[in-house]
Amino acid sequence: MALLEVRDLSVVFKRKGEEPFTAVDGVSFDVEPGQTVGLVGESGCGKSVTSMAIMGLLAKRGVKVSGSAKFDGTELLTLSDKQMRDRRGQELGMVFQDPLSSLNPVISIGLQVAEVIERHRGLSRKEASVQAAELLDKVGIPDPKRRLSEYPHQLSGGMRQRALIAIALACRPRLLIADEPTTALDVTIQAQILALLAELVKETDTALIMITHDLGVVAGLCDEVNVLYGGRVVERAGRHDLFRVPRHPYTHGLLASIPRLDAPRGERLSPIRGSVADNIPWTQGCAFAPRCPNAIDTCVEVTPAMEPDPVVAGERLLRCHNPVEPADRVEQEILT
Amino acid sequence: MTQVTTSTLVEVEGMKVHFPIKRGVVLDKTVGYVYAVDGVDLSIRQGETYGLVGESGCGKSTLGRAMLKLTEPTAGKVVFDGVDLSSMKGEPLRTMRRRMQMVFQDPMSSLDPRQSVESLLVEGMRAHGLDKGKESTGRRLRELLSAVGLPSTSLRKYPHEFSGGQRQRIGIARALSVEPDLIVADEPVSALDVSVQAQVINLLEDLQTEFGLTYLVIAHDLAVVRHISDRVGVMYLGGLVEEANSDQIYTEPLHPYTKALMSAVPVPDPVVEDVRERILLAGDLPSPANPPTGCRFHTRCPWRQESRCDTERPALRELAPGHKVACHWAEDIRDGRIRAHEVKPQLTQDDWDTGADDNSLAGPASVTETLGP
Repeated sequence: MALLEVRDLSVVFKRKGEEPFTAVDGVSFDVEPGQTVGLVGESGCGKSVTSMAIMGLLAKRGVKVSGSAKFDGTELLTLSDKQMRDRRGQELGMVFQDPLSSLNPVISIGLQVAEVIERHRGLSRKEASVQAAELLDKVGIPDPKRRLSEYPHQLSGGMRQRALIAIALACRPRLLIADEPTTALDVTIQAQILALLAELVKETDTALIMITHDLGVVAGLCDEVNVLYGGRVVERAGRHDLFRVPRHPYTHGLLASIPRLDAPRGERLSPIRGSVADNIPWTQGCAFAPRCPNAIDTCVEVTPAMEPDPVVAGERLLRCHNPVEPADRVEQEILT
Repeated sequence: MTQVTTSTLVEVEGMKVHFPIKRGVVLDKTVGYVYAVDGVDLSIRQGETYGLVGESGCGKSTLGRAMLKLTEPTAGKVVFDGVDLSSMKGEPLRTMRRRMQMVFQDPMSSLDPRQSVESLLVEGMRAHGLDKGKESTGRRLRELLSAVGLPSTSLRKYPHEFSGGQRQRIGIARALSVEPDLIVADEPVSALDVSVQAQVINLLEDLQTEFGLTYLVIAHDLAVVRHISDRVGVMYLGGLVEEANSDQIYTEPLHPYTKALMSAVPVPDPVVEDVRERILLAGDLPSPANPPTGCRFHTRCPWRQESRCDTERPALRELAPGHKVACHWAEDIRDGRIRAHEVKPQLTQDDWDTGADDNSLAGPASVTETLGP
């Protein structure tokens, strides 16, 4: 059994006098200890809402969460607030995108880290702050003792993100969810943070869910990748398979539209037509159909099911009626 | 991209932009300066795309703005098509501005929400006397919209009715409306989703071919800059550390900072990612209000040497044709005569923020503090 099993997770937002909006629609995936699973997609694809639902961070009113998310055999979605609070910070950790708005601006860094240790491990404040200093040191913050008494605004963006990771790791969680942890940072700092996360996963056997829009980050870090579009997982594969033979037209299109640092110069990009906003809300059929170069009539009528890839071997699931044909050479290579 | 002729369109010499840091209510004492741009020379040729990259706070946007005189430079001069802009003021400068336009990062905050697309586009034309009668203006507007790929029904609409990518197209159409020679695009695609980014990048390339434009593209995304630019300049803490054509900068980066920057950019290909050698820089960007002495990069540089690096600021010098670098040891690093070593991260500090003695002179932070409870 996997550490986290998400099955058929759906999140529907309902507002008075408005049509219900399905943000997440039947998302399923597993995460094993020591594994890094990526949720990738553009804004509005439901990747963050998925993680919020798992962590029980969505509002109770006006939101309907269905399906199941089992953590080590315990159903998370039906836990009471108190039970969930005991697990968050203890067994489940989360790192958010914007460290400045997720840290409390009027509480010192030391106290924010120590707070978690006090709450979950029952240590005294003094003992907790000794541990906090160790944690800050471990995530690569120079001069950690002095930093304990400093406030978030006194730290740089990269240092704040490190502090946030320290808080998430304070009780050695078994599952860490990182929601765009490097999007607000510069590339050189991003490289530092990604190296830190990879090292932690390796050292402590933590399961990591990496939520990002950056396919480059995914390529370097994730073992398995889920590509989301319109609230659904449209393709799942191991990272090597996914990048070598993207089968879903959306994955294919995304890869073709990113300028690559190592690409020969002068190569033209082939963008996906339209934008995400074009087909929200969709009711039936594939959400990507209006932008899809491969769309056939069935696409707009019947919602495709998540099925094993019929053509390319390997553990890949695909939600598409008319996937991109793998280039002959690649197909041969994989089948043999 | 297009035919790059040898004639220079913009020449920047010794550009400096220092922003004063002020403290106190009554005296408004200047306690220091933020050295946003500190001595930059560059030239942009007619018809080429010059890409300026660097991390946040390196001064790339300020440099772009100072070139158009949107921010007054502290020192240095800008020569645009043979005319020195530094001494220009008022009406002649305003007329000159027709030829240099800007496209901003965030299309939502750079378009007036209460102006229709038509009014946004006509405004600039009117200001520069290009609005010569209803019929020709109407034709021109339709031309502009079709050039940037928007339907002609867009004229009556307002910015909020468009998606992010479409709004950026409006911003580009607005810049084009006055028939400029130079377009400075400050992070033109960073607010957009990846699938839409590619549309806008292609559009910028098409427009350049069609109208023979010269671009200065400012961005933090190295892959985007390399894709779109003919030549690339890399900035670090207010100075240019390397300049080369976009192939050279990727295949043979000479400055240690460029090397680190290149190695930090994730490539969407697991095969490449697995074998890639990463140069992880220690610590953060030092404060531009208190830049390190000598080479600005020496506090984080894995190739730092005992002598010169912390005392002497390296000048930008040409190592190979068209390839300039500001590093004392560039040849030695290139030929492998000196090796990278580990660097301990240093605390970054604003020196005007720490001097305890200074604070008594700096005055109260706000009026309420003076009055007391």
